[in-house]
Amino acid sequence: MIDLVTNNQQPIANNHKKMLKLSGLEPLIITPESNFINVGERTNVAGSRKFLRLIKEEKFDEALEIAREQVDGGAQIIDINMDDGLIDGKESMVRFLNLIAAEPDICRVPMMIDSSKWEIIEAGLQVVQGKCVVNSISLKEGEEKFIWEAKKIKRYGAAVIVMAFDEVGQADNYERRIEIAKRSYDILVNTVHFPSEDIIFDLNIFPVATGMDEHKRNAIDFIEATRWVRKNLPNVSVSGGVSNVSFSFRGNNVVREAMHSVFLYHAIQAGMNIGIVNPSMLEVYDDIPEDLLEYVEDVILNRRDDATERLLAFAETVKGEAKEHKIDLSWREGSLQDRITYSLVKGIDAYIIDDVEEARLAATQPIEVIEGNLMIGMNVVGDLFGAGKMFLPQVVKSARVMKKAVAYLQPFIEAAKKKPKSPKGTYYWETANPVIYGALKEYAKKMRNQPTQAEALLWNVISGKKLEGYKFRRQHIIGNYIVDFICLKVNLIIEIDGSIHQLPENKSSDEERTIWLEGEGYRVIRFANDEVLSNLDLVLKKIKEALEASPSGMRGAGKVLMATVKGDVHDIGKNIVSVVLGCNNYEIVDLGVMVPPEKIIQRAKEENVDVIGLSGLITPSLDEMVYMAKEMERQNFTIPLMIGGATTSKAHTAVKINPEYKNAVVYVNDASRAVTVVGDLLNKKTANEYVAKLKKDYDEFREKFLKRGKTKSYVSLDKARANKFEIDWETTPVVKPKEMGVQMLKQLSLKELLPFVDWRPFFLSWDLHGKFPEILTDEVVGEQATHLYNDAQAMIEKIIAKQLLKPKGVFGLFEANTINDDDISVQKKGKEIAVFRTLRQQLEKREGAPNIALADFIAPKETGKIDYIGAFCVAIFGVDELAKKYKEADDDYNAILVQAIGDRFAEAFAEYLHKQIRTKHWGYSTDENLSNDDLIKEGYKGIRPAPGYPACPDHLEKETIWELLSVEKIIGVTLTESLAMWPASAVSGYYFANENAKYFGLGKITEDQVQDFAKRKDISVEKAKKWLNPNLA
Amino acid sequence: MEEIQQLLKERILVLDGAMGTMIQRYNLTEEDYRGEQFKNFHISVKGNNDMLSITQPQIIKEIHKKYLEAGADIIETNTFSSTTIAMADYEMEKYVYELNFQSAKIAKEVAQEFTAKNPLKPRFVAGSIGPTNRTASMSPDVNDPGFRAVTFDELRIAYKQQIEALIDGGVDLLLVETVFDTLNAKATLFAIEEVKEERKIDIPIMLSGTITDASGRTLSGQTAEAFLISVSHIPLLTVGFNCALGANLLQPHLEAIASKTEFAISAHPNAGLPNAFGEYDETPEYMAAQIEEYLKKNLVNIIGGCCGTTPAHIKAIADLVKNYKPRKSPLTPEDGV
Repeated sequence: MIDLVTNNQQPIANNHKKMLKLSGLEPLIITPESNFINVGERTNVAGSRKFLRLIKEEKFDEALEIAREQVDGGAQIIDINMDDGLIDGKESMVRFLNLIAAEPDICRVPMMIDSSKWEIIEAGLQVVQGKCVVNSISLKEGEEKFIWEAKKIKRYGAAVIVMAFDEVGQADNYERRIEIAKRSYDILVNTVHFPSEDIIFDLNIFPVATGMDEHKRNAIDFIEATRWVRKNLPNVSVSGGVSNVSFSFRGNNVVREAMHSVFLYHAIQAGMNIGIVNPSMLEVYDDIPEDLLEYVEDVILNRRDDATERLLAFAETVKGEAKEHKIDLSWREGSLQDRITYSLVKGIDAYIIDDVEEARLAATQPIEVIEGNLMIGMNVVGDLFGAGKMFLPQVVKSARVMKKAVAYLQPFIEAAKKKPKSPKGTYYWETANPVIYGALKEYAKKMRNQPTQAEALLWNVISGKKLEGYKFRRQHIIGNYIVDFICLKVNLIIEIDGSIHQLPENKSSDEERTIWLEGEGYRVIRFANDEVLSNLDLVLKKIKEALEASPSGMRGAGKVLMATVKGDVHDIGKNIVSVVLGCNNYEIVDLGVMVPPEKIIQRAKEENVDVIGLSGLITPSLDEMVYMAKEMERQNFTIPLMIGGATTSKAHTAVKINPEYKNAVVYVNDASRAVTVVGDLLNKKTANEYVAKLKKDYDEFREKFLKRGKTKSYVSLDKARANKFEIDWETTPVVKPKEMGVQMLKQLSLKELLPFVDWRPFFLSWDLHGKFPEILTDEVVGEQATHLYNDAQAMIEKIIAKQLLKPKGVFGLFEANTINDDDISVQKKGKEIAVFRTLRQQLEKREGAPNIALADFIAPKETGKIDYIGAFCVAIFGVDELAKKYKEADDDYNAILVQAIGDRFAEAFAEYLHKQIRTKHWGYSTDENLSNDDLIKEGYKGIRPAPGYPACPDHLEKETIWELLSVEKIIGVTLTESLAMWPASAVSGYYFANENAKYFGLGKITEDQVQDFAKRKDISVEKAKKWLNPNLA
Repeated sequence: MEEIQQLLKERILVLDGAMGTMIQRYNLTEEDYRGEQFKNFHISVKGNNDMLSITQPQIIKEIHKKYLEAGADIIETNTFSSTTIAMADYEMEKYVYELNFQSAKIAKEVAQEFTAKNPLKPRFVAGSIGPTNRTASMSPDVNDPGFRAVTFDELRIAYKQQIEALIDGGVDLLLVETVFDTLNAKATLFAIEEVKEERKIDIPIMLSGTITDASGRTLSGQTAEAFLISVSHIPLLTVGFNCALGANLLQPHLEAIASKTEFAISAHPNAGLPNAFGEYDETPEYMAAQIEEYLKKNLVNIIGGCCGTTPAHIKAIADLVKNYKPRKSPLTPEDGV
């Protein structure tokens, strides 16, 4: 072998040299090999006007953002200075540091406590747990004070910056710098016994090129003094504020940036290893144009007498151009309607209030703005969406703008309604056609005086606000019609049909009239004369119900009830459908998640809805939906039932739900289709035909499906067990986990999960299909995907910055053996502490293909080998609360975005933890080095199947995991009655480490396994069937 | 005190086990806790284990004895909560001096008895200093992250009182343990330094943090190494970890600091995780087997037990360590270099 290192001047091994070690939440160790340590200085009231203003105004939240930007921008230490005459420096220092301590993404770096006042420094040192740097002390006021302060700093456990300053003044040349540095060092090391590695010298960086001769050597003297200090004062560091050097070129950033780079380039070579540098004010040394570089180096290194003049002259030619971002606002010059439409189509909410206000002032009634301007815009949105030219995320953004506009108009609309009306007041004019009003008025008067018997009877009980305080008018003129009774408050019309109405021609004209009135936003209920005369109570009850149900659809398109079924907590898809329908004039009654069937039924009646939409993600929800269909049938519902959500399918809807309900049942596989489906269902003219077609389609589908099912054949459980997946336990490696037992993770930062996020499902939840990152440049959806991605990134940034979401996890690694073929006995010190029941494939396999169960991946007891298993649950807390906040602010877009992000983080957490398990806690795969892509492709050893998913569809096993890990107690994730996890952004499962373990789908199982499973689990066969229902052959 | 430094180079020293677990076995009543001195105390005091050093000293002595018989080189005083801050729960702030003094005194008496019996195995008393029930760098109020329930100075003053009384009572060293917030520990170290300077004495300090999170961070969010750096400004006899979730889960944290410090390393883990009934069920053999992993890897200089451990656990550990050599810091230069 050839020794490549022949150089004798090898540096001494690091661990024998004393190094400056600092800490925030994480260590910062400055070794001779460390790159230049950059100190963030924007959190300094003297260095940042913005920061000063924020502190003065006590806007500490925003001030924290500055600190965060510094750390995110690469600052390895942040300098905090509150020295300003107008603020209470001590109080501000303590408050700010305390707030920083609650921000793990900021306080992970060490703090530099910067003040010229000792009391502020000491107050700062008392509130930071990590090892800080004090900035600064010096011999300015004599040795005694210097020693006293240094002693205290040592006792507080901080490093210190020593300024080159003494009783005489600030060191401004080479000799004074080294004189003061040497004296300070000797006192600190010999008298105070201050650790030499904890001393940092600030050797004063002064401006050059000021035009004054005595400043010419400012830079070079600093550089040379640095070289001396690093050579002669063992273990110390050298620091300084770099921007000072270019002070005389304020306003010329091109020159300043070059000066900083040149200065640093030489100072770092001389040994300056820490400094305050604004990274955005730094040019890459190699990128400095040759001529500029020469002029700047002449100045910094004082190479020519006329260096300053030459640089000044050159500087004139390179005055930096101001970079400006211009947003195209030309659309603001269009007509009012164009502007409103533009805002809606583009989802821009910045100007909508102004435009809507303008429209309101121009309109006679505020409602006209909604029905006119806004609807015109939304129709454009609807058309574009229908034509595939807009995508879901955009539509949801449009809805946000719409909601904002409507929310703004609402108080005006309410106020308009409440205006006191005289009997001859505007109401008549509002509802009637003025041209024929006069003519009709006389007729109406006559009718009022000659009511039919039924009319008189009804008027008797509803006049004078006798019915629940609702005011009715009779023989009221609307357009060209006179209606019998009307309650203007809720726009409810009651028509009493005499025998004359029964004639066919009248019937058709009644229909026409009703359609016209409904089109105008009125609801019409009709009673026959006989009904009123013979059963007034029932008529009144119906009127009351109609009065109490709010009008169907604000603009009359229809009312849709949306709910995630009992026991299920997932509602991203449901929310998207709600928003899209809302955009298309439907009124949405969103009952949220985990809604029991009774409540759905009750609210559907109360609200008099036109469609019920049910959503669910986990398999037990399928049965809930079947139950709902049965209930709707039993209670004589006639309205359509819409089915959606990840676990639902056309097959399940056609085979299991549709037969239970005589009326329309429709499976909606994505949000984009919801509008067309609901439109077809509610279109009075074509609905019957549509529903009939639907029913036929589903029936045919069902028949085909059931036939297909018959061609599959299954083997008995015994036979399946005999054909299990074989692992040679003599040769297969079994690795004992490094850390046995249960552990929790509550201190994790979301940031650590970011690299593990799989974006593809995120786009899928918005109906954008494609691989990531290719989708961002996709020809069709690329632009939208990019917008969505950017919004998601901004949201994530905000979530991380404000810690709006919190990841928590728990896992455990245990001894385990497979017993009785399909059960996994989990043990601790040889004692059984839990048993996992696994299910075995029963589909008849081709020769050589095994019938797998998860239990096959764990060594059977009979082998005499101890094997191991893991279990975990991870969750993201705070998603629901945050989404709610957005929803309350009428911002569905961000509400859905938060939920989608929460789910991604939960999955990322599961992926992150699995990696930690493989490489650290269990440690069976310590040498793996997989990219995120590999992870998504599951290119690792070992699996983490989750109960409720294909390999183990039985959700009941979650209960075992919950007990084994004390999941609820340790991290607070609970299970609903359908065994969905709450919070919804959660993942739980097992860990199998065997190299042969692989994911598989259980498929269907037969009666014998269900019986056996029930027995093993000690539950009734009914219960077992209920939970295994989707897998029963 | 050079004695213990010297001993540490020669062999692994054994620290005792849990005090609380042992006290539980006596099934003491409210009256037992009150004893004579606090017969008419105005609030319930059951559960205030530290006061038993005053009211039931024979029980505390007996426990100390059992640990010494089991082979412990160092016993801890019954003073984990004897600060004005922690005693506020029982409104016993004004007895803090007496609590510490008495606890130190009885522990010292028993230790001296054992040393006299076998001078070749000298026994030491470590003054136990708990973290108090407040955190100096975290807010207990989620809505006000800038709020602090206790300040550095309040902690410093409370600790100083405890330290002075422990030293007056005769402890040989100080054990700052179960540190979940490094700032609390820094206040303790500050107080110790003040006392050392004022009394012109030196006293060895053991400092032990606790990490219960699988991310390897303390409750206040620091990594093991950041924690080490934050407390290394004061010369320590040992630095290490205790309590937490059991011996095996402590190992990675010990490994994280073992190669990075010139101080000796200590560990006194719990006997596993408490079960559903709040009991710890790792047997002495089980725990010893896990601790053997530390020893094989040469990770520790002082080893003992925390919650759930008993004299039987300590005996199992003491029997084990005889077969192993103490850790040598990789940062200490070899002799003669």
